[in-house]
Amino acid sequence: MVLEASFDAAPAAPAETWTPPTSERPLVKWTLVGIALAFLGFFLFLPLVAVFVEALRGGVGIYFDAITEPDAVAAIRLTLIVAAIAVPCNLVFGLAAAWAIAKFRFPGKSLLITLIDLPFSVSPVVSGLVFILLFGSQSLIGPWLISNGIEIVFAIPGIVLATIFVTFPFVARELIPLMQEQGTGDEEAALSLGASGWQTFLYVTLPNVKWALLYGVLLCNARAMGEFGAVSVVSGHIRGLTNTMPLHVEILYNEYSFQAAFAVASLLALLALITLSIKSFLEWRFADGLKAQRSGH
Amino acid sequence: MDISVRELRKTFDRYPALHDVSLDIQSGELIALLGPSGSGKTTLLRLIAGLEFPTSGSIFYGTEDASGKSVRDRQVGFVFQHYALFKHMTVADNIGFGLKVRDRSKRPSSAEIRRRASDLLDLVQLPGLEDRYPSQLSGGQRQRVALARALAIEPRVLLLDEPFGALDAKVRKELRRWLRELHERTGHTTIFVTHDQEEALELSDRVVVMSQGRIEQVGTPDEIYDTPATPFVFSFIGDSSEIPISVSGGEAHVGNRSIGVFAEGLPDGPARLFVRPHDLDLVSDDPQTIAAVVTAVRRNSGSRFVEAEIDGCRSKVEIELPADDMRVFEGRIALKPKRWKIFPDAKRPNSQSVVGKGPYKHESEPKPPDYSQMVS
Amino acid sequence: MVTATLGRFKQPSVIPCFGMAFGFTLTYLSLVVLIPLGALVLRSAGLGLEDFWRLATDPRTLAALKLTFLAALIAATINLVFGLLLAWVLVRYEFPGRRIIDAVIDLPFALPTAVAGIALTALYAPNGWVGSLVAPLGWKIAYTPIGIVVALTFVCLPFVVRTVEPVLRDLDRETEEAAATLGASRFATFTRVILPALLPALLTGYALALARAIGEYGSVIFIAGNIPYVSEIAPLLIVIRLEEFNYEAATAVAAVMLIISFTMLLIVNLIQAWSRRRFGHGS
Repeated sequence: MVLEASFDAAPAAPAETWTPPTSERPLVKWTLVGIALAFLGFFLFLPLVAVFVEALRGGVGIYFDAITEPDAVAAIRLTLIVAAIAVPCNLVFGLAAAWAIAKFRFPGKSLLITLIDLPFSVSPVVSGLVFILLFGSQSLIGPWLISNGIEIVFAIPGIVLATIFVTFPFVARELIPLMQEQGTGDEEAALSLGASGWQTFLYVTLPNVKWALLYGVLLCNARAMGEFGAVSVVSGHIRGLTNTMPLHVEILYNEYSFQAAFAVASLLALLALITLSIKSFLEWRFADGLKAQRSGH
Repeated sequence: MDISVRELRKTFDRYPALHDVSLDIQSGELIALLGPSGSGKTTLLRLIAGLEFPTSGSIFYGTEDASGKSVRDRQVGFVFQHYALFKHMTVADNIGFGLKVRDRSKRPSSAEIRRRASDLLDLVQLPGLEDRYPSQLSGGQRQRVALARALAIEPRVLLLDEPFGALDAKVRKELRRWLRELHERTGHTTIFVTHDQEEALELSDRVVVMSQGRIEQVGTPDEIYDTPATPFVFSFIGDSSEIPISVSGGEAHVGNRSIGVFAEGLPDGPARLFVRPHDLDLVSDDPQTIAAVVTAVRRNSGSRFVEAEIDGCRSKVEIELPADDMRVFEGRIALKPKRWKIFPDAKRPNSQSVVGKGPYKHESEPKPPDYSQMVS
Repeated sequence: MVTATLGRFKQPSVIPCFGMAFGFTLTYLSLVVLIPLGALVLRSAGLGLEDFWRLATDPRTLAALKLTFLAALIAATINLVFGLLLAWVLVRYEFPGRRIIDAVIDLPFALPTAVAGIALTALYAPNGWVGSLVAPLGWKIAYTPIGIVVALTFVCLPFVVRTVEPVLRDLDRETEEAAATLGASRFATFTRVILPALLPALLTGYALALARAIGEYGSVIFIAGNIPYVSEIAPLLIVIRLEEFNYEAATAVAAVMLIISFTMLLIVNLIQAWSRRRFGHGS
């Protein structure tokens, strides 16, 4: 054949310069990575670093004083109490809602899902405001509450309610898509083998969604401890009584006690980092158990 | 367009996918790359297309060395297994895509592009579907649109990756016939990958059988079925039984018993005899036979299959008989191959295989020269 | 009686406890979300159209709403571009630290907004790390509307990334190869094949980011400077009206914001319905 003579030729281009058709040239790639990292540097890493640097600016002694003074301790305590009430409430709700939505067919289901997502799209300030309109002194039941000595707004119950409102969808929205994907086969099998409804839930449904549940609880808890806007509106800002950690940060900051403010803030930042670490670990380790299309929170 | 592949090697992260493969394809041929998964057939197709880069070796399009050319510049029509249609574009836009992305100087007008898309839709027998979206088409229709899209760029070679893999059996048969007709009409050099031997044997001019990154045999469908070159091809194509034998003095033995099959030219020692179910005869009055015990009898549409275990070794054979053969098959039977092929044991390199035909040992054929070399 | 009604309402199933789970869900949802939001709707309805219009179109309110919307729009747009870039880099490229970056993207969801607010202020104030770099150029970031955009960009950062990422990951690489075999350059493949496929996810992420940015409070108030008519956002105005015990004005602003929120929610749902119709799958 005519070709024979040229068959000895080596491949024309060396493999290093060859770019697969679904990829970009290295120069383009590293430019894009560089821009992305620079953007993240300015908007994510620097703020995070700033919190800890500012917190320790005056030394470790002042740092520990700031987080151990009585008002700070009271704020930490209140934050923990609020989260300890709000998270379990929304956990139980999330399970019930996911069970009803994922395991049964009924009309209006997508409307129900939309309603559950509603608190995500409401401004935190509005979330706080609605409870003032509902339970405040000028509301319909306000005078009755006052005459019976029941304090809701500008007191702990209001803070808890506002927190429950803003963290309402977290657990449910992790569980619903996953449980919908899993279907009802496992439960039907368990029931056919003679398990009771409760046993089915405990031994079949719950283990199937445990990692997604933990994931939801984690995010719910992070938001519950860190919520600012809604809580700020209903709290009344009484030092040592109705101040959660984020509110305490604000007060210290507005009093120009910057280092103290950053010290308390660093605790919250630490909480955020721990949350992210566990979250990443769960995603990495139990990717299948979390598999459900999620889109932002 | 002639396509020539020279000593092509591809390694993925040290895992070799293709070992120094060479292949010549003539202009206008319809070629099937056939093999089990992991045999390297898709890798070979993607290397020809330029979707992968070879570790070494070269690819020629006619007289032009295309090895260093990007897939953009090779002008190949590639039909993907799952069609890879652009979901957000109408059928017409899908087909016209290759023309629309050309440089301004070479780009036809949009009216011309639309006209060509309509012509191609007529060619693939889907007239009037210009404004549909891929999600509104059936699997077979998507396949045709994908083909029309590949043909729109006037490709030098048409490459199809498992073109019927994602379709149900009935549509698959229809499309197979249709593709053959289309090929005869357009005359494109066409290479398609398949793991379905029926598809490969029925559709192609020549079949390239691949296994573990190597070409086992290249030949017409008849050659591939009738004279398999290697044990792999024999067992991969069609039904076959393998019987372990030993050769001594140019005769095949099972256990200590001569089975009346000559194996001239083979060295003494263990070997493997391959035979197809319809090439095994049941005999009664011959001492030199393969003795076996019937284990099962099955009826499958037009044939009756007898399964038997050979005396002296644990291997099983299958005998195909006409369905109206109403003899009672039980207990011991004696078998005699009509056509067979003996391969020396794979552990002994460079020994030759022996093909045989006919009920008597002296009719055993000399081996055809083309396929005599053992691949080991 | 109850089971009989429910039996007609839902499709029959052998799985128990629908009534209990569904009842609890509805009750809890009503108590925690629907009744409080209903209170807001009732209160604003109680204002009467004339009063509501007067309060909602008060110049200071209008200025705050305009600023809020504009800043949110800019921040969401910044995130649209960089969110796509980040998702692309995270899905398509392997580089040192990719896993850590992937984890840290969610920081704005996990970090309390107040902490974000003071940290960004510390950075972008005229005497801060970044602020002091641009101060000599006469630029001021914190205590101006630019500061608001910075804070909103931070809090909305994950939305576009996290909506685009899974879609990009599931994107059929074969379609890109198909485009290449048809002669398309990498850029043409990106703009004509990849981008249209990502469009529903991009729009969803954009709408979610916008909704969040409009409502954001905690991170903004520290960095904004909060000057009426200049850098005062609508949520802050609600708080100020509340502190003045001007519940009517607070309710009116809140109602306007609620309407905006619901509109955004509706838009997201419409995008996803459209995407399902067009592509045969959700975003």
